[in-house]
Amino acid sequence: MHIVVCIKQVPDSAQIRVHPVTNTIMRQGVPTIINPYDLFSLEEALRLRDKFGGEVTVLTMGPPMASESLRKALTIGADRGVLLTDRFFAGSDTLATSFALAQAIRRIGEDFGAPDIVFAGKQTIDGDTAQVGPGVAKRLGLLQLTYVSAIADFDLNDKSITIERRSEGGVQLLKTKLPCLVTMLEGSNVVRRGRIEDALRAARADIITWSAKDAGIEDVTKCGLRGSPTVVKRVFAPPPRAEKAALIDTNAHKAAGEMADALIEAMFAHTESLEGDLEKLAAGF
Amino acid sequence: MSEQKPAAGGGRASMKKELPEKFRDYRHVWVFIEMERGVVHPVSFELLGEGRKLADRLGVELAGVVLGAPGEEVQHAAKESFAYGADLVYMVEHPTLADYRNEPYSKALTDLVNTHKPEILLLGATTLGRDLAGSVATTLLTGLTADCTELNVDDDKSLAATRPTFGGSLLCTIYTLNYRPQMATVRPRVMRMPERVEGREGRIVSFAPDLDEANIITKILRFLPDRDSNKVNLAFADVVVAGGMGLQNAENFQLVRNLAATLGAEYGCSRPLVQKGWVTSDRQIGQTGKTIRPKLYIAAGISGAIQHRVGVEGADLIVAINTDKNAPIFDFAHIGIVTDAMRFLPALTEAFRKRLSPHSKDRLAG
Repeated sequence: MHIVVCIKQVPDSAQIRVHPVTNTIMRQGVPTIINPYDLFSLEEALRLRDKFGGEVTVLTMGPPMASESLRKALTIGADRGVLLTDRFFAGSDTLATSFALAQAIRRIGEDFGAPDIVFAGKQTIDGDTAQVGPGVAKRLGLLQLTYVSAIADFDLNDKSITIERRSEGGVQLLKTKLPCLVTMLEGSNVVRRGRIEDALRAARADIITWSAKDAGIEDVTKCGLRGSPTVVKRVFAPPPRAEKAALIDTNAHKAAGEMADALIEAMFAHTESLEGDLEKLAAGF
Repeated sequence: MSEQKPAAGGGRASMKKELPEKFRDYRHVWVFIEMERGVVHPVSFELLGEGRKLADRLGVELAGVVLGAPGEEVQHAAKESFAYGADLVYMVEHPTLADYRNEPYSKALTDLVNTHKPEILLLGATTLGRDLAGSVATTLLTGLTADCTELNVDDDKSLAATRPTFGGSLLCTIYTLNYRPQMATVRPRVMRMPERVEGREGRIVSFAPDLDEANIITKILRFLPDRDSNKVNLAFADVVVAGGMGLQNAENFQLVRNLAATLGAEYGCSRPLVQKGWVTSDRQIGQTGKTIRPKLYIAAGISGAIQHRVGVEGADLIVAINTDKNAPIFDFAHIGIVTDAMRFLPALTEAFRKRLSPHSKDRLAG
C-alpha cells in the first residue's frame, strides 16, 4: 500500500507579533512548524501503514527550507519526503496550489506506485482556507472525505474504506472506495513522538527535491501568481474603534472587590438593559 | 504557499482589466441554502442578508440555491429563502441529494452554475460548505475566498472579499477579476441575521440534475446525531466569558468557568489555549473557532489578536481584563480594566454573585 500525506510548513502563529507602532508583521525569528492539523493526518497514515504494510510518502510545496518539515515528518515515521520547490510556485492561491500538488502526486505515483490514499490537513493555521485538500481530490478524481474523526474500517482487498465524518449536528458513517483523499479532524488521534531509529534514518535521508518541470508540470502558467484566479489587492491592519476602551481607574479602586464593583457599575451604565438581562440569566431563565 | 502576497502590479493574467468574453453573461448573486436533515442552517439566511445588499448594489437578482430530496423540506427551504430576501430559488430535487455527500452535491451545483451562470456564489463556511465550495471552485477553475468577514461590491462591480490573513494578524481584500463566478464562504454568525418578512414571495426555477445513485460511489451507512447535552451553545449565547494566555496555566481556567457559571453564561477561550490542550476546540473563539454575537463578552487575559477580534466584534458590549495596557484588545473593547485576570476574576465572580442573587434585593428577577 502507498499513502501520500500533504503537509505544509507554516510560521508558528502563536509566536507571530504585530509591531505596535508600524502595525506590520514581525516575521524575524518566528519559528516554523509543520501545520498542526497535518500531523493528525500523518499519524493516521502511519497507523494504516503499520497495520497493513506499505509506505508513507510526505509531500510539501514551499521554499527550499520547507525540507526541514519533511525531515521532521521522517523522524515521526514517514518513509519518504518529496519537496516541490520552484520560483514558478511563488504566490500560489489555493487553486494553483492544488494544481501543483496534484501534478506532484501523479509523478509520485509513477515513481513509487499510485497512492491508495492521499491525506491532507483539514486546513492550515496560516491560510485557514480548508480548500487545498478538496482541490487536490477534485483534480486527481479522488473521492473526498473531509473532517474525518475516525477510520472505522479499512479493507485493502475490497479497496474500501469506512469512516466517521463530522457534520452539522452529528457524525456521518460513510463508506467509499479507494483511492480517496482524507482530511482528519484535530484530536482524532494522538501524534506519536517517533522512534530513535526513525530520527537516525531521517538525519541521513535524502529529501527528493523537484522543480515544476521535474514534477511533470509543462504549463507553468497554471502555477503561482499566474495560475491564481484570486488577486490580493490590499493588506491592511484593521482600523481601531473610534474610541479606545474606557478604562476603570485602578488607582481610585485599589482593592479587587472595589475594582469589581466599579467595573460592574460601568457595564450597567454602558448598557441599561444589561442588569435585567443578567438577573434573568443568573436565575436560570 | 496558499498564503498570498499582494499583487505586484501588471504582467499577470489575472490582473487584466477586461473580463473574458465567455464570462460576460454571468449575472446575479446566488446563495447556497444549506440543509442538513431538513433544517436550513442559519448561516444561509445571514448570507441572504449580505447577498441582498450585493444584488441591490449590482442591480441584479438574489437567488437561493436549494438542493435536496423531493418533498416538503425543500419547499419549506424555498419559502424561507424568499422570507429572508431571495427573489428566486433554484430548486434542485433528487433522491441522491437527501443527505449531503460531496459527489452528487458538487456535480449538481457545478452543473447548475454552468447552466444559469451567476456572477457571485456565496456559501456558509461550515463543514458542509467548505467541503462543497472547494470541490466546485476547483472544477470551475475559479477563485474562492474562504471565511470572509466583509463583502462589498466595488465601483467596477467586482466582489471585494475581505478576510483575515497571516494567521489572523492583518486583513486582506481579495478579488477574482477574470473568472466567474466569484465565490466566497462566510462563517456562521459573522454577518447579521436579516429581518424575516413573512409572506414575501418569489419564483421557483426547477433544475433537473443529471444524477443516478448507481453512479455514486460513496454511501451513507448511518447518521449518529450528537447527544444534545454535549452541544456547546457558544455561538448563540447571550453572555460569554473567555480566557487567554494571561491565565498562565490550565488550572486557572477554572476561574473563567466559575464566572461563567455565576452569570449563567457560556465560556470560551482564545486559540493558544486550545493548541496547548488546556481547553477543547469546541470552546475556541475567533477566526478559526466560533464567532459569537452576545450581549456581553468578557475577555480575561486575552491580548486580542485580529484572529480573535473578528470572532467577537459582533458583541454588544466587550469588557477586557488584561495586565498590558497596550494590548490590542483595548482597541476594540468598550470597557477595560488593566489588572491581573488571575487575581481579579474571583473578585468579579463574587461581586456578580452578590449583585445578581435574587435574595440580595427586594425585587425578584424578571
